[in-house]
Amino acid sequence: MLPEIGHFSLIVALLIALVQGVLPIAGAARGNARWMALARPAAQGQFVFVAIAFACLAYAFINNDFSVLYVASNSNSALPIQYRFAAVWGGHEGSLLLWTMMLSVWSLAVTLFSRHLPDAMVARVLGVMGLVSLGFLLFMLLASNPFDRLLPAADDGRDLNPILQDPGMVIHPPMLYMGYVGFSVAFAFAIAALLSGQLDATWARWSRPWTTVAWAFLTLGIALGSGWSYYVLGWGGWWFWDPVENASFMPWLVGTALIHSLAVTEKRGSFRSWTVLLAIFAFSLSLLGTFLVRSGVLTSVHAFATDPRRGIFILGFLAIVIGGSLALFAWRAPKVGLGGSFDLVSRESLLLSNNVLLVVAAGSVLLGTLYPLFLDALDLGKISVGPPYFDSVFVPLMAPAIFLMGVGPIARWKHAGIPELAIRLRWAFVISLLSAALMPFAIGKWTPLVSFGLLLATWLFASTIVNLGERLKNQQGPWRDRLARQPYSYYGMLLAHIGVGVFIVGVTLVKGYEVEKDVRMEAGDTVSVGGYTFRFDGATQVRGPNYAAARGTLRVSRDGREVRTLYPEKRLYTVQQMPTTEAAIDTGFTRDLYVSMGEPAGTTAWAMRIQYKPFVDWIWGGCVLMAMGGLLAVADRRYRLGRRNHVKAADLAGASSVPP
Amino acid sequence: MNRHLIPLAIFVVLVLFLAVGLRLNPREIPSPLINKPAPAFELPQLHQPDHKVSVADMRGKVWLLNVWASWCVSCRQEHPLLVELSNSGAVPIYGLNYKDQRTDALGWLQEFGNPYVMSISDLEGHIGIDYGVYGVPETFVIDKEGIIRYKQIGPITPEALSNKILPLVRQLNG
Repeated sequence: MLPEIGHFSLIVALLIALVQGVLPIAGAARGNARWMALARPAAQGQFVFVAIAFACLAYAFINNDFSVLYVASNSNSALPIQYRFAAVWGGHEGSLLLWTMMLSVWSLAVTLFSRHLPDAMVARVLGVMGLVSLGFLLFMLLASNPFDRLLPAADDGRDLNPILQDPGMVIHPPMLYMGYVGFSVAFAFAIAALLSGQLDATWARWSRPWTTVAWAFLTLGIALGSGWSYYVLGWGGWWFWDPVENASFMPWLVGTALIHSLAVTEKRGSFRSWTVLLAIFAFSLSLLGTFLVRSGVLTSVHAFATDPRRGIFILGFLAIVIGGSLALFAWRAPKVGLGGSFDLVSRESLLLSNNVLLVVAAGSVLLGTLYPLFLDALDLGKISVGPPYFDSVFVPLMAPAIFLMGVGPIARWKHAGIPELAIRLRWAFVISLLSAALMPFAIGKWTPLVSFGLLLATWLFASTIVNLGERLKNQQGPWRDRLARQPYSYYGMLLAHIGVGVFIVGVTLVKGYEVEKDVRMEAGDTVSVGGYTFRFDGATQVRGPNYAAARGTLRVSRDGREVRTLYPEKRLYTVQQMPTTEAAIDTGFTRDLYVSMGEPAGTTAWAMRIQYKPFVDWIWGGCVLMAMGGLLAVADRRYRLGRRNHVKAADLAGASSVPP
Repeated sequence: MNRHLIPLAIFVVLVLFLAVGLRLNPREIPSPLINKPAPAFELPQLHQPDHKVSVADMRGKVWLLNVWASWCVSCRQEHPLLVELSNSGAVPIYGLNYKDQRTDALGWLQEFGNPYVMSISDLEGHIGIDYGVYGVPETFVIDKEGIIRYKQIGPITPEALSNKILPLVRQLNG
């Protein structure tokens, strides 16, 4: 009965989405206030029904209702309960339901935090989101219904893919989708602005916090996915340039460009059509990512079951949404003014350069991801594009962007002089050069790549300090007051930029100094890696709830002192007969010790991979700092004030176009 | 031309490519050996290591060469289907036991059943290289003249068996 209620709720949600997508937009075009007023209740109603559907599916999973095909395919009665819940989004149908759920959460948030917006704007924004939701609900009901019955019911389920049975998997997809789908709000604002013809500073001000929050979620989602692959896949890599990873990374790159571009549009009124285009791109890439993952046009480690009908549907949807918005852009953007002018050297031009670099980087990731498909479609042969391409294209594009990241925030708007910037940044430059030259000696061997990576990272740290120092120097009063007087958004920016530096340190040092040994170990054997000694004490058989495992014991010591005992496992999940490797990791601030078991090599011996990974956790630490920076920026006083004094904000909204 | 139309134009091209891409299967890697003579080998039988077998011995019949190993998990998945196929007598199956220990391989066949007319031992995996084996299991359909006509990468699925392999075997026999 409950699955039918879930199915029915999806149909009701579809009908509401139809109303939400058509009437408010039509109302805004004709000035019909009643139709516009439908937007909020429709979005809230849609949220209620999608949530009911989601709850019904979760209930079916938790109670092992194997008469539901999707549950029988992705769960099992022996699966621990937290994974039974996470299994809701462990397959295709449920992922789509999660997507739609997130979209309705964002729509609900827009209805709640939009009191200061003009009615026509709210109507258009929610209308656009309703249309996007309509597409996804239609797709689910026509080609991917999670509530399809399996009659007679299966005795037991086929189990969730064992590599997804992990705490990281419980939170990674919701985070990632919050980010992906969050860009739909920026997109909806952009389309609404194009429809109304008012692409001005107020539009940028409204979309900024939404975009930043979505970006922060996406950052966390990607970091979680990367961390998950690091400890689950068992060989210690943290990024593979896999098509599905790229699918999440491209919207991130464009989203990063977008939040900076929005800042310029808000503060200076410049880059308007560029900003609107970025908003369209960011969400389009989220949709494209969904298409790439869900349609099976590319090979990927994220092997989801594929069905050609589904691919055709998503492609059609993609063509309508993206094609439609780009056509709208081509029609409306020529009428958009240019905004404030600026010189060749100014904060605007520096931000624009970085935007271009980020978009080109996203473009080259897209090219590399789709290149095998292009060649195959033209019948020019089958190839695959791997990390060498991405590394050699990505690093040269990002290096100048990182240099400019240090200069941009201290340059003046409109006009800045190179000599003046050079003088202000000379100490930052000297310090980063010196540390790039000397620090590698302190850590280990000097190599050009490590030195260059540290140059970029210390440049970010040093220029951030210069920035803060200059800002505080020009103020009055005790230092603590001066610090407290700076807005959260400013600290958010600094924190995110430092996060990038921390990330670079992690990548550089792990690439430069990691040590990896593949050895065959009998019980009692020792091996030393990165200054640590690992003694293998043999393996024992253990049983988990739904798997059997061989668990190895390794005692780790350094200079004769015991550091830690590690228990890597080689598991065999009984239902799917799938072996997995559970790496054992000793996490530290400056290094990880990473042990994974390979195949048994004889009766008591095992193949072992033992790795010493210096500063690897800084990679994810940097991502967390970036995301925190984004959230801090959104916590800024002006947004909270904006909500409280919505009357004043509405006045602002009425006042048209560019501030002087 | 209006420069604001450029993004739309690029997108249209992209959609065309994606539409074509939907019809293609990225997982399918064509083997250069299709329609070429099966690479020669002379290897010991698994059960009787002093007896050697060569491709030439198979002349005059259509047969399957199935690459397997006791360490291969997907082989276990495909195995019941091979046993069933062997019992139906539709086509003789020869096994190429790839980079395996003899005792492990014999034990494995004992436990799960032996669908093979005979298995051949390729301990070092040299013959596997000649056949372009890059994942186990793989299955080759070889005709009466010793020409490779089809290659299945990964486990044989019931669909691949009934839609591709069996019709092909019938056609080659006919």
